[in-house]
Amino acid sequence: MATRHHTAAPPVGEGGAAPAHSRAASDAGERRRARLSRRWQRDVRWSPYAFVSPFFLLFVAFGLFPLLYTGWASLHTVELTAPTDMRWAGLHNYTRIFDDDFFWNAARNTLTIGVISTVPQLAMAMGLAHILNYKLRASTFFRVVMLAPYATSIAAASLVFVLLFGRDYGMINWALHFVGIGHIDWQNDKWPSQIAVSSIVVWRWTGYNALIYLAAMQAVPQDLYESAALDGANRWQQFFHVTLPQLRPTILFTCVVSTIGASQLFGEPLMFDANKGASGGAEHQFQTLGLYLYEQGWVNQHLGRASAIAWTMFLILIVIGIVNYVISRRLRESG
Amino acid sequence: MRTSIHRSRRLGALAAVAALTTGLLTGCAKDSGGKSDTSDGGGKGSTTITLGLFGTMGFKEAGLYTEYEKLHPNITIKENVIEKNENYYPALVNHLTTNSGLQDVQAVEVGNIAEVVQTQAGKLEDLSKVQGVDKGSWLGWKWQQATTASGQTVGLGTDIGPMAICYRKDLFKAAGLPTDRDQVGKLWAGDWSKLVSVGEQYQKKAPKGTTFMDTPGGLLNAILSSQSQKFYDSSGKVVYKTNPAVKQAFDLTAKAAQEGLLQAQTQFQPAWDQLISNVKFASVACPPWMLGYIKGKSKADAAGQWDVAQAPQAGNWGGTFLTVPKSGKNVTEAEKFVTWLTAPAQQARLFAVQGSFPSAPSAYGMSQVTGAKNEMTGDAPIGTIFAQAAKSIPLQPIGPKDQIIQQGLTDNGVFLVTKGKSAADAWNTATKTIDNNLEQ
Repeated sequence: MATRHHTAAPPVGEGGAAPAHSRAASDAGERRRARLSRRWQRDVRWSPYAFVSPFFLLFVAFGLFPLLYTGWASLHTVELTAPTDMRWAGLHNYTRIFDDDFFWNAARNTLTIGVISTVPQLAMAMGLAHILNYKLRASTFFRVVMLAPYATSIAAASLVFVLLFGRDYGMINWALHFVGIGHIDWQNDKWPSQIAVSSIVVWRWTGYNALIYLAAMQAVPQDLYESAALDGANRWQQFFHVTLPQLRPTILFTCVVSTIGASQLFGEPLMFDANKGASGGAEHQFQTLGLYLYEQGWVNQHLGRASAIAWTMFLILIVIGIVNYVISRRLRESG
Repeated sequence: MRTSIHRSRRLGALAAVAALTTGLLTGCAKDSGGKSDTSDGGGKGSTTITLGLFGTMGFKEAGLYTEYEKLHPNITIKENVIEKNENYYPALVNHLTTNSGLQDVQAVEVGNIAEVVQTQAGKLEDLSKVQGVDKGSWLGWKWQQATTASGQTVGLGTDIGPMAICYRKDLFKAAGLPTDRDQVGKLWAGDWSKLVSVGEQYQKKAPKGTTFMDTPGGLLNAILSSQSQKFYDSSGKVVYKTNPAVKQAFDLTAKAAQEGLLQAQTQFQPAWDQLISNVKFASVACPPWMLGYIKGKSKADAAGQWDVAQAPQAGNWGGTFLTVPKSGKNVTEAEKFVTWLTAPAQQARLFAVQGSFPSAPSAYGMSQVTGAKNEMTGDAPIGTIFAQAAKSIPLQPIGPKDQIIQQGLTDNGVFLVTKGKSAADAWNTATKTIDNNLEQ
């Protein structure tokens, strides 16, 4: 904040009462001070922007521009073999989505795979975090092990799962036949294939979420547990009435992140049926939206159609985001 | 809690910046300018020719680069290889449409050549005009596949995949079928439905758990490849639904699947590899390169158990072309090199090392081809057998979306018959999928 000089008395030279000082020195000094302070002000005001600018410049180039260009392409009929050769199609690419069975099949699959991968994953992560929160021997070791699946590449993990889930020579069917369950065709039947794809997701992300929960649990003040124990709450009651309410924001965060992740699911189903490319199984039984988008854009080379699918997915994600926000507000108000 | 959120946000932003920056750095493809041929012969390797390839094409392994560098001391040759064509090809199309990131020589798989001919010919050199290129050196259909309607040849053929039927002698014998390759070939000569009849015979006395042939996809591909018309007519119109040959091939394959002559698997998947190592099928439609694949997946005791008989009608499966993009840095040198690399003598050497079958008929008389043997097939003169098949491959119009149509008919079609769908239902599922994939 600069001081407002006009409220003070004007100096003698201007017929005022303020003490006079030698002009020359004061002028230069004042100019320098003013210049410095101007510089300093500018510095304070603009530096933060300069510091964050690299990210935003890159975001504009690699995030915003592609987003808008995709929107523009989605209004055209355009093929990947000649991306500059665009024919105006208006909203045709969007209207056709409404009666595109393959799109809705993919949307349904994305939803079901999302549910059967996210719910068990977060529940298991919570349980694991709770166990790891106790005093354990070699707790660091276990915590590192939990992150191992997250560190493996999707492709490598999926390939191993493909072998495990093999119909004739897979280890899982071999184990099941001891229990008396016959051969399950994990890749070609609808529910088994979706469960198999979900299991890859669960395997990869459970440890990651468990660590997030664990971090949040360690931030819960110890005296809450002590007072709960004094009130005669057992371990379970402590978990339900102290830990879970304290973890609410974290749980919400993981739900949002997992939902977004689930709606963009791509690598696992793609690798799960390596040779059927992006069709997600013989009857598209585990083709997710991400996979369908990829198939239209990169396999069939219909850039316009793929762009419309991308934007539709984007809008769906925004809706999911709003729903998430509303639910979290409700929860906060009720909490 | 608050601080941790801020922290994580900052970390997230940092991570994003880091990711984006690395993307920026690695994504900088060098823009290649126009022609700038500097063959001043100033010391070794003053000109570097780069090749963009996919899979294992074997030029390097066959020592062809070293030899060319010996013949031309001013040339150095480098290759950039991408493992899978399904990753290589979209990138190539991108590079062609944006005129950046192209190598001096780019390989194109036969499944993509029609699309390249129709959509990218303007970006590629006409190789028929290059000195030393003689149209007569190649099989007619091979030359034709890379030639536009206006007569521009965008790529020179390297190898082809003439198809025969590879079969396990021990399984055939156990099922009471002849094992001599000429007799076996006679059983089904000229007619695919005869092959299915032989399969029915086989299945009656088949060793437990084995099937006559490997997969619905393999059989369908063999039948379709041997037709004079497949999914496109000669004017370039899509006719897959109206061409009776396609429907017949589909129905015959579906019949074989219903009768249990085929394994319910997809080729080249891990489960199919296990079928090979566990000897679960007696025959497979195979180009020469398939023998190499079988060898890689077999147990040691499979050596010499296989033999090769002529197919009812020969078709082609696989093969590659080399193209020279106009925007390359060393167009003239690249053209010279490609001409040399695809000449019959070099093709024959490639076959000896890599098993890639020559597309130049004059190579068929060379000792590398006539004397070729394969570990899997013992003493069978495979070079001569496949050369015979190569000469009877029909001139079939190919189209830009051949692969998508065939994949639909296979994976979303005949494959479903092995899962208990009726042939009619499978056909409907396939056509619905294909039509959706073709619609722009």
